[in-house]
Amino acid sequence: MKELGDELLRRESFAELVMGNTAIARGMVEAGTKVVTSYPGSPTPEIAAAISAMDPERRPFHFEFCVNEKVAVEVAYGAAVSGLPSAVFFKSVGLNVAADTFVQLNHMDIPGGIVVIVGDDPGAHSSQNEQDNRHLARMSCTPVLEPGSPSEAYRFYLEAASLAKRNRMAVMLRLTTHVCHGKERVSFAALKDAPPHEGEVFRGEGGSHIPIGAMVARMKRRALERLSSAGEFAGERSLHRLVDSGNPRRGVITAGLPFFSLLDAVSSSQEKPDILKLAMVNPVDRSLVTDFLRKHQEVLVLEELDDFIEQAVKAAAFQERIDVVIRGKETPEDWIGEHTPGRVRGILHRIWPDMCALPPVSREESPAPPRFPQMCPGCGHRSAFHAIGKALRENDVTVADIGCHTLGFLPPYRIGRLLMSMGASTGIAQGISLAGGEGASVAFLGDSTFFHAGIPGVVNGLFNRHRFTLIVMDNGTTAMTGHQDHPGSGRNFNGPSERIPIRQVLEGLGVTDIAEVDTYSQSALTEAVSRALEAPGFSVVIAKHPCMLKFTREQRRKPGFVPRHVEIDGGKCTLIRECIEEFGCPSFTRDQGGNRVLVNRDLCIGDGSCIQTCPSKAIVPEQGKGGSR
Amino acid sequence: MNIYMTGVGGQGIGLLSEALLRALDRAGQTARGVDTHGLAQRGGVVVSQIRTGTEEFSPLIVPGEAHLAIALERHEALRAVNGYLRDGGALIYYDEVWQPWDVRSGAQPETTAGQIEQVCRERGIRVFRVCRDDLPDPRMQNTAVLRELLEQGLIPGLAPEHMEGAFRDLLSGPALEANLRVLGALSG
Repeated sequence: MKELGDELLRRESFAELVMGNTAIARGMVEAGTKVVTSYPGSPTPEIAAAISAMDPERRPFHFEFCVNEKVAVEVAYGAAVSGLPSAVFFKSVGLNVAADTFVQLNHMDIPGGIVVIVGDDPGAHSSQNEQDNRHLARMSCTPVLEPGSPSEAYRFYLEAASLAKRNRMAVMLRLTTHVCHGKERVSFAALKDAPPHEGEVFRGEGGSHIPIGAMVARMKRRALERLSSAGEFAGERSLHRLVDSGNPRRGVITAGLPFFSLLDAVSSSQEKPDILKLAMVNPVDRSLVTDFLRKHQEVLVLEELDDFIEQAVKAAAFQERIDVVIRGKETPEDWIGEHTPGRVRGILHRIWPDMCALPPVSREESPAPPRFPQMCPGCGHRSAFHAIGKALRENDVTVADIGCHTLGFLPPYRIGRLLMSMGASTGIAQGISLAGGEGASVAFLGDSTFFHAGIPGVVNGLFNRHRFTLIVMDNGTTAMTGHQDHPGSGRNFNGPSERIPIRQVLEGLGVTDIAEVDTYSQSALTEAVSRALEAPGFSVVIAKHPCMLKFTREQRRKPGFVPRHVEIDGGKCTLIRECIEEFGCPSFTRDQGGNRVLVNRDLCIGDGSCIQTCPSKAIVPEQGKGGSR
Repeated sequence: MNIYMTGVGGQGIGLLSEALLRALDRAGQTARGVDTHGLAQRGGVVVSQIRTGTEEFSPLIVPGEAHLAIALERHEALRAVNGYLRDGGALIYYDEVWQPWDVRSGAQPETTAGQIEQVCRERGIRVFRVCRDDLPDPRMQNTAVLRELLEQGLIPGLAPEHMEGAFRDLLSGPALEANLRVLGALSG
């Protein structure tokens, strides 16, 4: 078996099949990065998975998961301002959380340099929006390198780290979902015996680090100068690509993964456009672009999400008075979703119908039933929603938050009617309570999210004496993104840490009405929530049960593990299907031929949380197999 | 060649696609791939894609242009055929059913093997249905599909030793042995 961690630490050059995220972890080793921070979020958490595969004794940098993205940027900044080359990574909307600090970074002189790795998510595969973070880069004088493949992700990380150090600034490496998760054979360089970057005590050389008053203008001027110098870097390092097909009529300016979609789209075309692929998309290299514009009659700007490059290209053409037709975003659809090879073929066909045929139309005649994500068999959240649903009254308003428990909005539970962003549920629920409806206002919050951004909302509820109920859905881990530890877990990335119990935090803040119930004790949970909903002020229910996906995986690794299941006692089953239609564990299936409820033994983990839900007592531990846990 | 792989989160599409990508690499083919991660893994539809060849650039397949679809679940097999497989392509699927909510709740009937046969017949798609009652663990259904794929020669140039090498890259100990047995690379 190839040990990923050993591969990533190899001294000599090698080539390996890796995903973009893994390639970046090797880049960190090669670049001499010393401090790396993060908060987990798709599409980037596999960078941490690759880091965790490395032997901690041999890993040449410090890594930690921080409590949220803002703190992650701050830790990286503190290290980098002390001379340690640093990097921070998180998902697209993570930059919103980090923004207050992020937008300031390039006002500062940062001797170590920081690479800010952002995983944008065109298509919103695992995010609540498709925001294009190039805008925040522009707003903060941050240069942006945009790779389109795992090989480029690796190379551009090295370049970003080098530029960040050279210009003593922050540089954004903007990834997108399928760059993070794309896999190909990447050729890695040998490790260099670079002089060790030891940090030094911060002395504030390189000017003020206090952005107040008159200093701000001076700092901004320096930021603009450094941005401008960064703009020339990509050209100096030959990072941009020009595909010259000798076409004086038609050219395409693009970047990132859409470049590869474009190559696919025109691979069998008679007429191929010239292509300028920008590696650095902020700032756009004006002379490179105007040179390309002058050589073509018509130029398409092809980019995912917003018209970021397009605006720069059009401005350049206008100012230089270049006589060229520039096409770009023309319909709302052009702003939405990924620019996959199929989509790009459609766009090209619309712009230049003779160049490219339309992609095939998908079949609709015999559709498969839709399938949505759902909570795993045995999930404590399922027991929680089942029990909480029995306590909720018609006029109660439930507000969801980010995490596995968001899935409670789906049938059969339909709990959580609003969703916004990390930790937003508490504030929203407080606002809803001001509307004075008859029902209670109920916020849900995950345990990792409680620490990440949930606490300010809780404090506001106390401070302004709001009447609402908070239900903390505590599964002991950051489950959705791959079971990362959080401050309540008793472990951090590097080892044991003092557990911060949510209950004690709440008590310390002054919350007096707190119930804590294991979600498998469903009737106790129903009762606790019923009571909380009637409370005169701010009430909290901590609905806890360890993540059963994590638990089951750990059990399976143990020697002598015996799988367990439940079964349906046919003599008792009255076919009311409460297990399917109300409890909704995917292990219970509908017999298509006969009139029975079946248990899918490949799915059932024998947790037994379902047994209490059957009024007919027909769900029983499977006989002779040890029964339920 | 465009290979579209799908199943339900938890079925092992990740291992299947990683093994296949490595096997293709060992067979000397230029191959790139992409997997679904994140939210969808929680019991939702999981997709992996592999494209081989030197004139293929993006890891993403144009819907309707996959040459081969590999599915680990019956509903997802039909979805792959409808959404991604080209006419005249090939489908290989493990005939396991993880009912989606609409089927469990009774809103829609379960997809049948016959339905898949019919759709494929109309479009000239070859179907290979895999279903074994001798697997030591249902989580090896992915490996059983890979064995059938090799035996049927659905990917030109891909030989059992390439796949065995890929498994040896990815697994060790009893898990490796058990999977190699299902793959037919170990006797007994």
